Amino acid sequence: MVTAALDRLGRRTVSTVAGFGYGAMVLVESLYFLVFGRARGQRVRWSAIAEQMRVVGIDAIPIVCLLSLTVGVMLAIQFIAALREFGAETGVIIAIAKSITREFGVLITGILVAGRSGSAFAARIGSMNVSQEVDALAVMGVDPVRYLAAPALAAMLVMLPCLTLLADVVAVVGSGLYAGPMLDMSLFNYLQQTIELIKPRDLLEGLGKSVVFAVLITLVGVCTGFSVQGGAEGVGRATTRAVVWSITAIILADMAFSFFLNR
Amino acid sequence: MPATAADTCIEVQGLEAWYGRRRILKGIDFSVQRGEIRVIMGGSGSGKSTLLRHLIGLNRPLAGTVNMLGIDLAHAGTEELLHLRQQIGVSFQGGALITSLDVEDNVSLPLREHTQLDENTVRIMARMKLEIVNLGGFQNLMPSQLSGGMIKRAALARAIVMDPKLLFFDEPSAGLDPVVSAELDELILKLRDALRMTIVVVTHELESAFRIADTITVLDHGEILITGTVAEVRNSPNERVQDLLNRRPRDLVVDPDEYLKRLTEEDD
Repeated sequence: MVTAALDRLGRRTVSTVAGFGYGAMVLVESLYFLVFGRARGQRVRWSAIAEQMRVVGIDAIPIVCLLSLTVGVMLAIQFIAALREFGAETGVIIAIAKSITREFGVLITGILVAGRSGSAFAARIGSMNVSQEVDALAVMGVDPVRYLAAPALAAMLVMLPCLTLLADVVAVVGSGLYAGPMLDMSLFNYLQQTIELIKPRDLLEGLGKSVVFAVLITLVGVCTGFSVQGGAEGVGRATTRAVVWSITAIILADMAFSFFLNR
Repeated sequence: MPATAADTCIEVQGLEAWYGRRRILKGIDFSVQRGEIRVIMGGSGSGKSTLLRHLIGLNRPLAGTVNMLGIDLAHAGTEELLHLRQQIGVSFQGGALITSLDVEDNVSLPLREHTQLDENTVRIMARMKLEIVNLGGFQNLMPSQLSGGMIKRAALARAIVMDPKLLFFDEPSAGLDPVVSAELDELILKLRDALRMTIVVVTHELESAFRIADTITVLDHGEILITGTVAEVRNSPNERVQDLLNRRPRDLVVDPDEYLKRLTEEDD
């Protein structure tokens, strides 16, 4: 019994370490191809990056807007209710502005993109793996990491910060829609005050996180895709795993960030 | 033997492969001469697919060496490997066409990735290869719209688009009707004669094998039973070879100790 448990623990540990190592390798290789690929005749195509940017970023705009608007309104309701008890309603604007730009804008965007694109990376690469398309690329001398992972990474690194910025703006407007009337000010006034209260550091904290989230989502999605085994069922499992793990990774990273940046 | 060495395309020595505790390839020695059509034949589970994966560099050998066109696969650098891969073409069993690209883009993919040719030239070269495999006019279809035979032919067109010196073909006739399968055999012969390629075909179809092969290697349980011309293989006294040729079921001898061990041993 004990030996079997130890055996399992050992195997799990080894495969986890191997997974981290593989992720790091994919990251390094992707960055290498993006930076030096062109000079080495191993370029990453602009068209592939642009296509990924459309799928990852542009197509996500409506749902990002909807969710961040909702979150903005929700935050306004909660903060006003909570701060009214202390008679500190004037602190509402700065509390909302900071929690959106530092935390909620990027977190909502990250979770959404993990659900949309992390799973899509895993499903696409996973099914290509199952149908030997990844092997075919490799034997043609087209590195699968360059062809499949690098464009995804580049697109995510550009689009996730953009989406985060958009989510920040929409969420602040959303909060203003509720909080403005409650504080007896116009929406314009509310936004003006918000802009005065937000410091560049607040925005940068959110954007910095979004870059890290982009890397995490891409790597988890791409690596689970490349390691798919066992046909269609395997692809399904990989898709689920990619979503669960990328959201987990995001939230853990977010906590670590908040801890170190706000001490 | 420098003269023969120059004519050897593939040289495999002492190749071993394991999946877990199962030994798939048991010290394979194997060589293919320039310009010949070699058929690797064997039943299911004989290790022929594993051998192919080692030959095209998808698996790294645990022991032994694979030498292709003078390059040792296990010790080749990335540049060398990349250069080698541009000189070999592989047609996979299921075609392995990229599902998001149409037939023409699939065939042009190696040209676009490895050459600086302009779009017009790429298009013309891709269409020429599609004409060779009798797929002229089908360039705008997506892989999902193709029949089984068309997928194999499109995959073949992609495999030969860089004019490789060496062509690997995995199960050309699997899942095809006899007529289409015969057409594909003719195509393979035509490629060798017209484009002077060395071709390695992995198959379990006897008829197709005898039709196209210059030489045949028969693989069984990870061992090479015989390598020789079609006539030599047909007349081989080896019982297992004859079993394969005459579609005789194998007499599986059960070792009582092994049998008991398999039944009782605990999984690890």
